[in-house]
Amino acid sequence: MKAVTWRGVNEVGVEDVPEPKILNDHDIILEVGLSVTCGSDLHLLGGYIPAMRAGDVLGHEFMGTVAEVGRNVTKHKVGDRVVVVSFTSCGQCWYCKQELWSLCDNGNPNPGITEALWGQGIGGCYGYSHALGGYAGSHARYMRVPYADQGAFPIPDGVSDERALFASDAAPTGWTGAHQAEVKPGDVVAVWGAGGVGQMAARKAMLMGAERVVVIDRFDNRLAQVRTHIGAETLDYEEVDVPAELREMSGGRGPDVCIEAVGMEAHGNGPQYLYDQVKQQLRLQSDRPTALREAIYACRKGGTVFALGVFGGLVDKFPMGAVMNKALTLRGAQQHGHRYIPEILDLMARDEVRTEHLATHVMSLDDGPRGYRMFKNKEDGCVRAVFRPGA
Amino acid sequence: MTTSIGNVASVAARAGGSVVRQVRSAIDPSAARPAGAGQPASGWLSVTVFREPSDVDTAALPAPLAEFGDRIEVRVRPAPGGKGTELAVRLRDRPSGTAASRLTGSDPQADLRSALRRAKQLIEVGEVLAVDPAPHGRRTATPGGALLEAWTKVAPKAGVR
Repeated sequence: MKAVTWRGVNEVGVEDVPEPKILNDHDIILEVGLSVTCGSDLHLLGGYIPAMRAGDVLGHEFMGTVAEVGRNVTKHKVGDRVVVVSFTSCGQCWYCKQELWSLCDNGNPNPGITEALWGQGIGGCYGYSHALGGYAGSHARYMRVPYADQGAFPIPDGVSDERALFASDAAPTGWTGAHQAEVKPGDVVAVWGAGGVGQMAARKAMLMGAERVVVIDRFDNRLAQVRTHIGAETLDYEEVDVPAELREMSGGRGPDVCIEAVGMEAHGNGPQYLYDQVKQQLRLQSDRPTALREAIYACRKGGTVFALGVFGGLVDKFPMGAVMNKALTLRGAQQHGHRYIPEILDLMARDEVRTEHLATHVMSLDDGPRGYRMFKNKEDGCVRAVFRPGA
Repeated sequence: MTTSIGNVASVAARAGGSVVRQVRSAIDPSAARPAGAGQPASGWLSVTVFREPSDVDTAALPAPLAEFGDRIEVRVRPAPGGKGTELAVRLRDRPSGTAASRLTGSDPQADLRSALRRAKQLIEVGEVLAVDPAPHGRRTATPGGALLEAWTKVAPKAGVR
C-alpha cells in the first residue's frame, strides 16, 4: 500500500509499504479516511527528535472505517466509522485508571529510550519515532490500532469526517491543556500558538468559563481563524509587546493561566531567539523554549503555566527565578485524549466545537512531500495539510 | 540475526547509551545513571501492577517470569496509596562484571527486566503488546539508522545502558 514516509532530515517520501496485520487480540485494522499533518511532525522532519529511521510511516492524527477486528475487540465491528486517539494506552494500568492516559505503563513497546531520556517511559504514539513505540503512522491506506476498545471512538452521525478528524489529536490536546491547567470561571487565559492545538485549547478555556482568552501568533490567517471560528481575542507578537499587552488586558495582573502550544521550535523576536537558534543548531540545547519563557514571564503571580507544545529534551536559560519567586505552577502533558474525546465528539455533534477550517489543504498521499512543505512553510495560508488515502 | 551481528548491534546500542549518559552527566552528575537502566545494589527489580496482591500469585507467575524457575527470588507487597501491588524479582546469582557481560550482548539483569515488564502486561492486560512487523518503507543503511535499530532492540528491556 502507499504511505508517506520519513526518508531523512527534511525529506519526505511516498513509498509502497506492506499492509499492517493484526498482531494482538485487541487490535483493529483501520481503513484510513483522513490523516493530517501535525506541528509536532515538524520536529521529526527537522531531526530534532532523532529516533526516526528512513522508511518510517508518518502521521498520528486520523479517522477512518474499521476494516478488521481482533478477537478480543468488543466495542467495534467492521464498517464502523471511528476516530482514533494518537496515543496507545492499555486502559488497565494505574495511570490509565487515573485518566492520565498518555502516561500508560504498557503502551510503548520500547520504553527504554524514554526511560533513559526522561527517567520514566510514557505511552506510545503512532508514527512518532521509535522512542514512542516504533508504530507505523497513519498516512497510509491501512493502519493497525492496538487497544482498540480504549483508543477508537465511534463518530456520531452528522459529524463530518473533516470535523471528526481533529478529535484525534488537536482538540483533545487542547482540552488536556486547558483542563489540566485548571482554568476557572473568570480567568484570563493566554495561549501561545494559533495552530490547531492552540485554537482548541482556547476553545476549551472558553467552554470552562474563562472571562478573556487571548491567542498569540504572528500569522494573520491563523489569528483571523481564532477570531472567526473560536471567538477568542488575538495578539500578533511581531506587532506588539506581548507581556505588556497581556498585563494591560488583565488589569495589570497578568493571565491566570498561560498555555504554551508551540513547542521546541518556537519562533520569536530579538537576540534571545537568535541565541536559541544557534544553540539548537549546534546541538547545545535540543529545544527552543522562546514562547515558554515568555509565558512564564507574563503569567500572574501564583498562576499556572502549561507546556502543551512538544518538548523533547533540554532547554537553556530557563527562568527558574520567575517560577520560584512568583509561586507559579508549571505543568505539562501529552494528550490524555481518551478522557476528552467522547465529550469533544458530543460537542462537535451539537456544533459547539468546529474544526473544519483547520483543514485548509486536502490532498492525496501522492502529495505527501508537497503537503509537508506547504505546512512547514505556511504556504498559501496552510494551517493543516490533510491526506485522503482513498483519493 | 547472527551472533556476530547481534554483538555489533549490542555494542552500538551501548555506544548510543553512552552518549545519553554523557549528556546527562554533563547536565547533572547525579543523573548519569539512566533511571531505567541503573541497577540497585540489592539487585531487586520492581514494577507496580494495578491489581490486588491476591491477584499476583507467586506460585503461578506469568510465563516470562516462570521460565526463570529457581534462578529468581520473588517478592510481592501492597503498593501504598491504592496503587496496586509491587512485584519484585531478583536473580539469585547475579553477574559481577556487568560492563563486560553487557558488551558481549549478554545481560541477564536486562532479560529479567524485560520478563518483568511482560509479566506486568499479562497480569494487567492479558497479552503482551507487539509492534513488529510494523509497515515501513525502504531502510537506508546509515550509521545513525544502525545505531537506532540497535538501540530499539534493547529498549524493551530497560533504559539504554
